Amino acid sequence: MSITSPSTRPRVGLFVTCLVDLFRPNVGFAAVKLLQDAGCQVEVPPLQVCCGQPAYNSGDGADTRVLARRVIEAFEGYDYLVAPSGSCVGMIKEHYPRLFATSAPWQGRADALSRKSFELMSFLTDVLHVTGVSARYAGTATYHDSCSGLRELGVRDQPRALLASVEGLSVTEMRDANVCCGFGGSFCVKFPRISQRMVSDKVRSISDTGAATLLGGDMGCLLNMAGRLKRAGSPVKVYHAAEVLAGLTQLPGIGDGTKAD
Amino acid sequence: MQSNAHDFKRRADVALEDMELQKALGLLKTGFTLKRADAVAALPEFQALRGVGREIKEHTLAHLDFYLEAFERNVRASGGHVHWASSVEEARAIVVQICRDAGAKRVTKGKSMVGEEIGVNEALEAAGVDVLETDLGEYIIQLANEPPSHIIAPAIHKTKAQITELFYKHHAKHGKTARVTEVAAIVNEAREVLREGFLAADVGITGANFLVAENGAAVIVTNEGNGDLTNTLPRVHIVTAGIEKVVPTLEDVSTILRLLARSATGQQMSVYTTFSSGPKRREDLDGPDAFHVVLLDNGRSEMLGNEFHEMLRCIRCSACMNHCPVYGAVGGHAYGWVYPGPMGAVLTPLMVGIEKTMPLPNACTLNGRCQEVCPMQIPLPAMLRRLREREFDEGLMPWLPRAGLAAWAFLARRPRLYRAVTGFGVKALAWLARGKGRLRHLPLAGAWTAARDLPAPAGETFQQAWQRRQRGSGS
Amino acid sequence: MTGSREQVLANIRRSLRRAGPLADSVRAGLEARLASPQANLKPHYEADPDAHFEIRLRAVSGIVTRVQGPGEISGVVEAHVQAFGLPLELVLAPDPDLDDIAWSNRFKVERRAAVGSDQTSVTSAFAGVGETGSLVLLSSPRSPTTLNFLPEDHLIVLARSRIVPHIEDVWTRLRAEIGALPRTVNFITGPSKTGDVEQVIQEGAHGPRRLHVILREDR
Repeated sequence: MSITSPSTRPRVGLFVTCLVDLFRPNVGFAAVKLLQDAGCQVEVPPLQVCCGQPAYNSGDGADTRVLARRVIEAFEGYDYLVAPSGSCVGMIKEHYPRLFATSAPWQGRADALSRKSFELMSFLTDVLHVTGVSARYAGTATYHDSCSGLRELGVRDQPRALLASVEGLSVTEMRDANVCCGFGGSFCVKFPRISQRMVSDKVRSISDTGAATLLGGDMGCLLNMAGRLKRAGSPVKVYHAAEVLAGLTQLPGIGDGTKAD
Repeated sequence: MQSNAHDFKRRADVALEDMELQKALGLLKTGFTLKRADAVAALPEFQALRGVGREIKEHTLAHLDFYLEAFERNVRASGGHVHWASSVEEARAIVVQICRDAGAKRVTKGKSMVGEEIGVNEALEAAGVDVLETDLGEYIIQLANEPPSHIIAPAIHKTKAQITELFYKHHAKHGKTARVTEVAAIVNEAREVLREGFLAADVGITGANFLVAENGAAVIVTNEGNGDLTNTLPRVHIVTAGIEKVVPTLEDVSTILRLLARSATGQQMSVYTTFSSGPKRREDLDGPDAFHVVLLDNGRSEMLGNEFHEMLRCIRCSACMNHCPVYGAVGGHAYGWVYPGPMGAVLTPLMVGIEKTMPLPNACTLNGRCQEVCPMQIPLPAMLRRLREREFDEGLMPWLPRAGLAAWAFLARRPRLYRAVTGFGVKALAWLARGKGRLRHLPLAGAWTAARDLPAPAGETFQQAWQRRQRGSGS
Repeated sequence: MTGSREQVLANIRRSLRRAGPLADSVRAGLEARLASPQANLKPHYEADPDAHFEIRLRAVSGIVTRVQGPGEISGVVEAHVQAFGLPLELVLAPDPDLDDIAWSNRFKVERRAAVGSDQTSVTSAFAGVGETGSLVLLSSPRSPTTLNFLPEDHLIVLARSRIVPHIEDVWTRLRAEIGALPRTVNFITGPSKTGDVEQVIQEGAHGPRRLHVILREDR
C-alpha cells in the first residue's frame, strides 16, 4: 500500500523515550527514517520527557499521572504515537487507561491515545504493512525479546520478520530468548547481584549462539546487556534493531567507542 | 511461621553464592518448566480452561460465605466437624486441642502450606506430640530443620548428596547404617523408615487443594501416597485449609484439576487425587473415627473485594515460581516465609504486614512470565505494583530511592529544565568516557558498574540533535 | 469457636459489600447450582475411552492386561508375582465383583483390609477414566482403602464397561449408583512416585510400587 499524497500520509508523533534521548540518539533517527520511508510524516514533540514508568513502578501514582497527562496532551493530536520501545509503549497502551480509571475525561483521552500507540517495529508491520527494508548488515545476530514488548504488546514475530529482509543478516535464536535480562528499571540497582546473575545468564545464552551481534527493541535491556558484555570482554556488538533496519550502523555499537581500551 | 522477609536482600545474596543451592536450582530450568510446556502443548483446550477456572473461582469468591456454609453443612452431614479460625494462633490452638482430646502422642503430616502458615509442628511439639512429616520433601527438610523452599517440592534446594548425608545422620536409629547415594535407594529407605511412622500415628493432618461445597469433601493432589496413608491409618484426620479453597461442585473441581497438575509438574493427573469426606462409615473396615476441617482466614477475608482479590484464585500450583528468574536465581528461603516466588511476594506482605516485608514486592523486574503461566490468570505483576503503591503511600520507601525518584519526577515535569540538565549530563558522561564508549566507574552508579560497564552517551541528546537538524534543513 | 465463625463470615460479607443476607432469588440460584452440578469444558480426545485409558495409564508406568473372562485372572496375577519375585500371597478385597475368580491353589488368599506387611493386593474399581488413565476406587466394606496404599503391589480388576470418557462422568455415575460420597474417592493414575530428589522421577514412594490393571472384556 503506497501513500503518496501529503494529506493522506499518517502523522506520527515520535515518542523518543528518555533512554534513547540520552544514551543513543541514533535510534531516534533510525525510527524517523523507517517511518518516513514507510510514508509517514514524522514530528517530534519537543517537550516530551518520560512516559512515567519509573514513577509508576515505584508506586508513585501521583507523579505518574502528572507525567501521563503531559504525554497525552503532547501526543493526542497525532494519528499515531510510535516509540522504539516496548516498555514505554506498554506503559502508554496498557497502563495509562488504568491510571485514570475513575476520572473521565482523562480516562477517555488515555483510552484514545492507547488505541493509537505502537511499538515501532510492530507498527511498521501490523499497521503500515511494511514487509521488508532495503538495508544491509553482514553477519550473524541474535535477538532479545524485551519482556514488556513481548508480554504486554505481543511483539515477537514482527522484528524477526523485518530483520529477515535485511541483506546479509542471519538471525539465530538464543536459548531462553524470552527470559528477562535482569534490567527491570530500578530493580538492577536495588538488587544488583540478582540482576547481575540474570544478565550473566543472558550473556551466556548470547555467547552460546556464536552470533557477532545482539539486537533488541528496548534501550533499557540493551544498555544492561551491552554493559555486561563489554565488562566480560565480549566482542559481540550491540545495536537496537531499528538501527540495523534503517541501515544506520556506521557508528560503533552500544558501549563501543571510537577508541580502544 | 516467623517471617524473615525483611532480610530478603541479604539472604538472596547469600543464596547466589551457595554452590550447592545453585546446582539444585539449575535443575528447575529443565525440570518443571519444560514438562509444563509439553503438557500445555498437548492440551488444545488449556487456554480456554484457564478462563473457565478463573470464572469458577470468581463466582465462588463472590459468594464465599454461602459456599463455606454449604461446605460446613455437608461436612457435618457426613459426620465430620468444622472449626473456624480467624488467626494463625487460633488455628494452632484448635489443632492442638483436637490432638489432646484424642490423646494423641504421634501425628503424621501430609504436605500442608497452611500448616506451615500456622506453625502447627512447633505448636504440637510444644504440647508434647511427635510430628512426622511424610511427604518426602517435607521429611527431608524436617531432618534438616529448615523451612520449605517451594510450595510443592519443599526440598528442591537440596542436592542428592545433601540428602544422602541427612539420611546417614538420622537413620542410624532406624537400623540403617550405610550411606544411600542412588535416588532409588534413597526413596526406598525413606519408604521403609516412614512406614513405621504411618502405622503408629494417632492423628493424621493433611492440607487441601480444594474443599467441595456440594458434599463437604476435602481434596488432596499427591504423587507419593503419603497423604492417603496419613488420612486413612490414624484414628483422627484433620484437614487444615484456607477459606479460599472452597469450590462449588465436583464438576468444578474436575475443571481446575486439569489445570493444576499440568501447571505444577507437567502431569496430566497426579498419581493420587483423593476426595475425603467425614470419618469412616459404620461398616467400613478402615479409616479414621473422626474427621475435622480447620478453616483458616488469616487475612483472606480482607483481600476479598479489594485490590488484591485476584490472589485468592491461587491454586498453589507453583508455576509462577518455577518460571520466575528471580526465584530461579535465589531459591525460596530468601523470601523468608511460607510462600516464595511471585505468589509469595504478594501473599507474604498481605498476611504478615507490608511494613515487615518491604523487599518482596520490589524484588521483581515485572517481566510478567508468572502471569503468563498462571493457570488462574492472576495478574501478579499488577499486584506487586499495588503493594509498591501501598509502600509509597505509607511512606515506607527508604529515603535514598525516594529522593532519587522525587528528583527524577521534579525534572521530568519541567521539560526545559530537564533538557538543560540532561544536555549537560550527557556531555559530561561522553567526556568522561573519552571516546571509549563506556565507563567502568561512575560516582553514585556503583550498583550498576559493579557488574557492568555503563555505555556512554554520544555527547548530545536526540532532542538537541533533532532541533539542530531541523534548524539546519529549515523545515 | 462460634465467635470466629461469625467473625470470619461477617468479614467476608463486609468485604463483599453485602449489608444484609443474600436475596432469596440469588440464594435459590446458588442452591440450584449445587443441587444440579453441570460439567464445564471437557477436553476432546480421538480414541475410544478404553483405548485412551490404556495409552494414558501405560504412559505413567501402569501395567495393563486385557482378559476375556475371570478364568484368566489367576494366571495373570501369578505371572505378575513371579515376574517381580513376590510371594504367592494375596490380600483380596471382600468385593462380590471378585467372587467369580478361581484362584490357583498355589495362592494363599485372604479377604480383608490391608496391614503394613502385605505384599500384593487385588481389588476391583468403581470406574476407569478414559481421559486420564485413572482408576476410581471408593471406600466401602467391600473395598477398604488400605488395600490401595499399604501393599507393595496393587492389582485392580476393572470391567471394561466401567470405563467412562471423562472425569465428570465418574460423578454422574457415582451420584446415580451410590448417592452420597463414601469416605474416600481415590483417583489412582499409576504407581506411587516422587521427584523430590533432584527432580528425578522415582517410582515406589509410599504407595504401591507397581499398579497392574486387569481389564475384563466380558463385563
